[in-house]
Amino acid sequence: MIPAPFEYHRPASLAEATGLLAELGEDAHVLAGGHSLIPMMKLRLAAPEHLIDLQDIAELKGIARTDGEGGGEIVIGAMTTQHELIASDELARAVPLIREAALQIADPQVRYLGTIGGNVANGDPGNDMPGLMQCLDAAFELDGPNGRRRVAAREFYRSAYVTAREDGEILSRIRIPLPAPGHGFAYEKLKRKIGDYATAAAAVLLTVSGGRCGSASVALTNLADTPVFAADAGAALAGSDLGAAAVDAAVAAALAAIDPAADNRGPVAFKQHVAGVMLRRAIARATERATERAAEQTV
Amino acid sequence: MAKMHVKMTVNGKAVEALAEPRTLLIHFLREELNLTGPHIGCDTSHCGACTVDLDGKSVKSCTLFVGQANGAEITTIEGIANADGSLHVLQEMFREHHGLQCGFCTPGMIVRARRLLAENPDPTEAEVRFGISGNLCRCTGYQNIVKAILAAAATLNAEKEAAQ
Repeated sequence: MIPAPFEYHRPASLAEATGLLAELGEDAHVLAGGHSLIPMMKLRLAAPEHLIDLQDIAELKGIARTDGEGGGEIVIGAMTTQHELIASDELARAVPLIREAALQIADPQVRYLGTIGGNVANGDPGNDMPGLMQCLDAAFELDGPNGRRRVAAREFYRSAYVTAREDGEILSRIRIPLPAPGHGFAYEKLKRKIGDYATAAAAVLLTVSGGRCGSASVALTNLADTPVFAADAGAALAGSDLGAAAVDAAVAAALAAIDPAADNRGPVAFKQHVAGVMLRRAIARATERATERAAEQTV
Repeated sequence: MAKMHVKMTVNGKAVEALAEPRTLLIHFLREELNLTGPHIGCDTSHCGACTVDLDGKSVKSCTLFVGQANGAEITTIEGIANADGSLHVLQEMFREHHGLQCGFCTPGMIVRARRLLAENPDPTEAEVRFGISGNLCRCTGYQNIVKAILAAAATLNAEKEAAQ
């Protein structure tokens, strides 16, 4: 499969890249890892006249932790690959949910090139990182002709492939507030095979203290035309003993928030069923981890 | 559309050429450089038959434009035999353990396995299976491929120990 012709650009800085994007207008498309865009181009569902490859832009790379007043954060450059996310021990200590989820994305070859920025910016409801970023309450930085702005992951997604990113903007960084030390986490994903998108997936982040849930955050993947941040599901867990009644309430709230479509991964009823199973597993594992980690801290 | 000038190192040799930007790396390797070891299987980044090593990463060369590889160092199956022409341990072990039937996936499997062992010299069976999960084989059921990779790891580790 041969894509339509285009001109290739490889800017060395973010300013140069946004300049090119402004100059070339809507005929240009930025290229990160290419593992969503290139297949689309091969099918000629996308035919940009200019490709702006971001691989040489050093300021779009890397993972940095800051510990400021009022809680620190992790800042991840958009061109950081899934492989680099998995390999970072510092990230695994601070936000272990990301390694757990990244290992469930695609396959090794795709993870060497696929980037977190591409994964969140593309707006594909099948991608895993958007739901994860909503669960973590991350913010995306967008650089464009009018400077830089920030949009919360929970506000970013409008519908399939439609996001708050304007033409001419490049998603440059992802800022994740550090979760509480000792928090519990889990990403549960059912997929038909390695490399497939989720039939349903659930991300859970919660804290446990004295047998009660302090705070909880729940997001779901590939169960609507955007990722679903299920605020009511988190609220059903927060303050509870995380027992059967609270988990049932959280699952009911999550199922009310999703809107899956029937496709070759199954009919709507099956997806609702799997969403419930994934969420129950994620809550159970996050609870177990938070309880274990709380016990470790008191030893 | 104007052709672009590309330069890269392939199997240790400097390569320069003019190529259309839309040329996929797999087509460049096979048609411009006549390196037909990397295969086109699915052409949709699922099967891994086109896997090559690019700057220390296993990549599917059907899902990469030649311009993205400009300046890179690339190794294909043609570049992994020992300097004296004898087979690389992985090639030897794939033969020894019959880690192939039709052989179509083998170049991708071996190039991927080489990078896997460079990153994780003593993998468990589960780690091997996870590590080659981007490479499909429709003949073997993977059993002998996994055996061959584990045997290659053991051989390489024994060689390393003997050298110390």
